[in-house]
Amino acid sequence: MIPLYWFLVLSAILFCIGLYAVITRRNTIAILMGIELMLNAANINLIAFWRYLYAGSNLDGVIFALIVFAAAAAEVAVGLGLILSAYRSKETIVANDLDTLKG
Amino acid sequence: MPAFTSDMLTSLIPETGLLVLATLLLVLVLVKNEKFYIHLDWITAAGFTLIAVLAFIFGRPAEEPRLLWGEMIRVDRAGYLLSLMVLVGGALTAVFAGTDVTVGKKPEFYLLLTLASIGLVLMGTSANLIMLYLAIETAAIPLYVLAGIKYRDAWSVESGIKYLLFGGFSSAIMLYGFSLLYGFAGTTKIYGMVDALRASGTPLAAIILAAIMVLAGFTFKISAIPFHFWAPDVYQGAPTPVAGFLSTVSKAAGFIALARILINALGVESGNVWMIILAVISAASMFIGNLLAIPQKNLKRMIAYSSIAQAGYILIGVASGSEFGFSAAIYYLVAYLVTNLAVFAIINWIEYETGSTEISTFAGLNRREPGLALLLMIALLSLGGIPPLAGFFAKVLVFGAAIQSGMVWLAILGIINSVIALYYYLRVMKVMYVDEPAGSIKVDKLPVVWTVALAVCIIGIVLLGVVYSPWYNFITLAAMGL
Repeated sequence: MIPLYWFLVLSAILFCIGLYAVITRRNTIAILMGIELMLNAANINLIAFWRYLYAGSNLDGVIFALIVFAAAAAEVAVGLGLILSAYRSKETIVANDLDTLKG
Repeated sequence: MPAFTSDMLTSLIPETGLLVLATLLLVLVLVKNEKFYIHLDWITAAGFTLIAVLAFIFGRPAEEPRLLWGEMIRVDRAGYLLSLMVLVGGALTAVFAGTDVTVGKKPEFYLLLTLASIGLVLMGTSANLIMLYLAIETAAIPLYVLAGIKYRDAWSVESGIKYLLFGGFSSAIMLYGFSLLYGFAGTTKIYGMVDALRASGTPLAAIILAAIMVLAGFTFKISAIPFHFWAPDVYQGAPTPVAGFLSTVSKAAGFIALARILINALGVESGNVWMIILAVISAASMFIGNLLAIPQKNLKRMIAYSSIAQAGYILIGVASGSEFGFSAAIYYLVAYLVTNLAVFAIINWIEYETGSTEISTFAGLNRREPGLALLLMIALLSLGGIPPLAGFFAKVLVFGAAIQSGMVWLAILGIINSVIALYYYLRVMKVMYVDEPAGSIKVDKLPVVWTVALAVCIIGIVLLGVVYSPWYNFITLAAMGL
């Protein structure tokens, strides 16, 4: 069987890719995708820990992961709505061009 | 399965009440009758007040804190106090929003305010990481929309997007921390996690890594270093009532949840490594907030930087790690709630009259509206920590807590920062009282409900500063039960 440690490494790599995307990407939709990757990395952690260590004692990990799905979906729905309204008013979705507020 | 008891119902009075109010508002949204829309502000405020009264009378927690609803919710005084703060803050915000040109007549605004309040109340009572994450998201998602609710206004849309991206980013980091904590402890229950972590034999470095990720997520909620970038942009761009709500109620909920996690899941005590980490965050927040507030020309932006600094002061209390420190922090949160809501209410009114929130539009406010200028001065002096106002006593408490825990240097840094902060608050007062007004500005009559709500804030500021012992005693009990 694949050891738990592999899953944790996978999730850490996924988290770092997401983090990198959030920091370097200029397109707001790409930033949202980076955030999704980070959330999915956390989900892999939750499920892997549950399956390997705590499957016999509780269901916390699975329930947590399910709730993360729902919250992430809601967040993306709101995010795309906001990005759409920015596109309507400014005709851009590039984070660098959203710079009227500064100081 | 444990039997269903009546205190399971009374523990959820604020949430249930807000849900009923939200349903009512949703029906009003669907009715699409403009006639109702002019009364929405006080309908919402009356709903919030009614729920607050019900929660105050029937929701009073028992002497001993208890875990209910499958150990998801903890009924204690801190959660009770936070639910009252959210309800009162929400009621005041609804009234103040009534004068806002764009959001005042929007039923969606009041609906989202109510939904966000449900999440914020739950943040204070969650005793489980799953529940806490859900509560944080329930509060955050409506707040993202609220920040960007003026969809024709470029500033508001931009602030909504920035708030969403920073919020999503920081909550993803926090969630990763939660997933590691679950992996190490084998449970998502916040109470008892310290022992579970110790018993698991996980290396301390791994626990600290997870804990720092959780802490990073919370610094976003309380707008402290290092996730403070969003605050100035969001406060300036978001509708003014939303900025007031974000800076007070949302911050208070973040602090209560943070204190709960720190004490029960991460084991903060006097004298351990947490004190240093929190003290550094606190000192950095105070300096960055105060120094960047000085050159600001927009009052909302200036108050945003001031709110970063205020998060730093409150963190002094949390960093002390003692019961005294936590009660000082909670006292500060209550004082900050009434003070900052008053400031944002007056900014909102000036914005309604002049269409601008630049500091220069406040020139000659004393000659136009002397009463309002006086009240804004009281609120700003309270933020600056001048006796006998609420901010002064709150600051004395947090500095005292730092000294008691042996962090005299942090108290000294706090005092230096209070002096810096006083400089830019006094600058606004100078503009109000000394500077010549730019031109003739029409002065509107203040609505009655609005005046009452502002009076509540100002009376709160004075009461919290003068007659402190009853509130302080209750808050001490709340902090002990965390």
